[in-house]
Amino acid sequence: MSVGTFQAIVTGGEQYRSRVFRRLVILALLGIALFMSIALDMALGPANYTLRQVLSAIFDPAGAALQLRVVIWDIRMPIALMAVVVGASLSVAGAEMQTILANPLASPFTLGISAAASFGAALALVGGVALYPGAVAYMVPINAFIMAMAAAMFIHFASTMRGVSVETIVLLGIALVFSFNAALSLLEYLASEQALSAIVFWTMGSFTKASWGKVATIACMLVVILPLFMRDAWALTALRLGDDKAASMGVNVRALRLRTMMLVSLLAAIPVSFVGTIGFVGLVGPHMARMIVGEDQRFFLPASVVCGALLLSATSVLSKIIIPGAILPIGVITALVGVPFFFILIFGSRRRSW
Amino acid sequence: MVALALDDVGASYGKAKVLSDVTLSDLTGGSVTAIIGPNAAGKSTLFKRIAGLIKGPGLVELSGTARGPRSICYMPQDTGANAVLTVYESVLLSAKQGSGWRVADDELAEIDAILKALHIENLAFRGLGELSGGQRQLVSLAQALIRRPEILLMDEPTSALDLHRQIEVLSFITDLAKRDGMIVLIALHDLNHALRYCENTIVIAQGKMAASGATPDVITTGMLRDIYKIDARVETCSRGSPMVIVDGAILSITLE
Repeated sequence: MSVGTFQAIVTGGEQYRSRVFRRLVILALLGIALFMSIALDMALGPANYTLRQVLSAIFDPAGAALQLRVVIWDIRMPIALMAVVVGASLSVAGAEMQTILANPLASPFTLGISAAASFGAALALVGGVALYPGAVAYMVPINAFIMAMAAAMFIHFASTMRGVSVETIVLLGIALVFSFNAALSLLEYLASEQALSAIVFWTMGSFTKASWGKVATIACMLVVILPLFMRDAWALTALRLGDDKAASMGVNVRALRLRTMMLVSLLAAIPVSFVGTIGFVGLVGPHMARMIVGEDQRFFLPASVVCGALLLSATSVLSKIIIPGAILPIGVITALVGVPFFFILIFGSRRRSW
Repeated sequence: MVALALDDVGASYGKAKVLSDVTLSDLTGGSVTAIIGPNAAGKSTLFKRIAGLIKGPGLVELSGTARGPRSICYMPQDTGANAVLTVYESVLLSAKQGSGWRVADDELAEIDAILKALHIENLAFRGLGELSGGQRQLVSLAQALIRRPEILLMDEPTSALDLHRQIEVLSFITDLAKRDGMIVLIALHDLNHALRYCENTIVIAQGKMAASGATPDVITTGMLRDIYKIDARVETCSRGSPMVIVDGAILSITLE
């Protein structure tokens, strides 16, 4: 029996099952890579530890030396996990923005949500303006959050207006980016030297202020929001066939878009308000996931989570080893790592999309 | 038996009224009805209104269906070409809307059967973006049929198909309608297909129903002149089937 004949008797169902299995294996491998990246991220720092020491401190904290335990659990683990949860959040936010707006360029960064957050943060840093006067102590993240949500809602409601095309939405997003960047420049111009350096630091993105509280906040948000997206997995996938097609399959397109955009706004706004502007991961994470597992959301969503987390975790590792002894701003490295990798994926991919 | 009736059905987009006063008495299971009319006459809008995808005045009355309005399936003209999904996945997701993640073996077997019936099993694991327009139309049909509709609304399902495939698909659909007692409405531009495959025809022009009835009674020289602005005859060919023969058009696009 030739190979050709053998293939002919394999049913579509069997082929489908084997493809699903392959995807699960890929997801598992990505998960292992992520775990290794997290461990490596925790091993690197002013006091270098071996991977074995890190792993023993993680899995057997009671048996580890006090200094090692404190460094790993209290200092490095929140930072390493912050990279993971922020990467996952931004990547999923980008994935669902691209899905509901049917646009490959959609991401928190390109649609102006990050720029709006930066402007909100700068308002607090320069002018001491608290958009929510109830919590002045946290006015930087709260301002960033409010502005990011406002930008996301603006994009959403603009996208629901009659006659507004997908291209228009991207143009609106770009207009938002320029507007907020201009407003930010004005604030920088007016800022004191101290406030200026705070803004610059904020807009480059950094995990150094990570804490268990912030990690837990983002992790909880992911734990709540991801199952909601997963529940809509078939409907969100159908959206990629076009609104008419999805509606004909029984999807309430308008309601799905609204609730997804609401959740996406949270996913984009909260991490940015904690760690500053980190571009690219929200754009590249989903594209990596799409090229690896396709757009069936049952696989695309977990793949976006893992790709975003891995991208940012690997970036965190690189930010420590490019110049030994110095930690470079994460936002800068994300683009430096992401762009070449993205090129490889685009030119190496045989799948056609967008 | 499944039955569908429309009573003064209309639809608007914003303030623009695009369809009004469409009334149809009982269409019953097993019947295939052509919806014809010029471009932008309101044919797709009528389909969307019947399928409940847009709202408007009037009543869409269904009877004898097992799943109520969910038994209606609207098949748009095209299916997304940008999605990174295989043909197989796109048909699966049509079948699984509103249900859980687990995919049972018999659901996969059903997809295999439909792809085979439409002779597109060789495309099963090709990406939607790699397909031609005609191949995508066949996939779109598979996505509709997997939902086991009792009322199928097909919006120009053969517009991108070669002649052989057009005849194959229309014969398949008419046979399926009769076998399963399904009501099929097909928007068509090829009036000879309407004459050959559809016992009834509805003419939509400028957002209103201009005529309806048995296809040979509707597709007449007068209708072709009034609605399509063409000089044409409907003649019986040597095999006894009526055919539209176009002599010329009342031209609105001319060279200076």
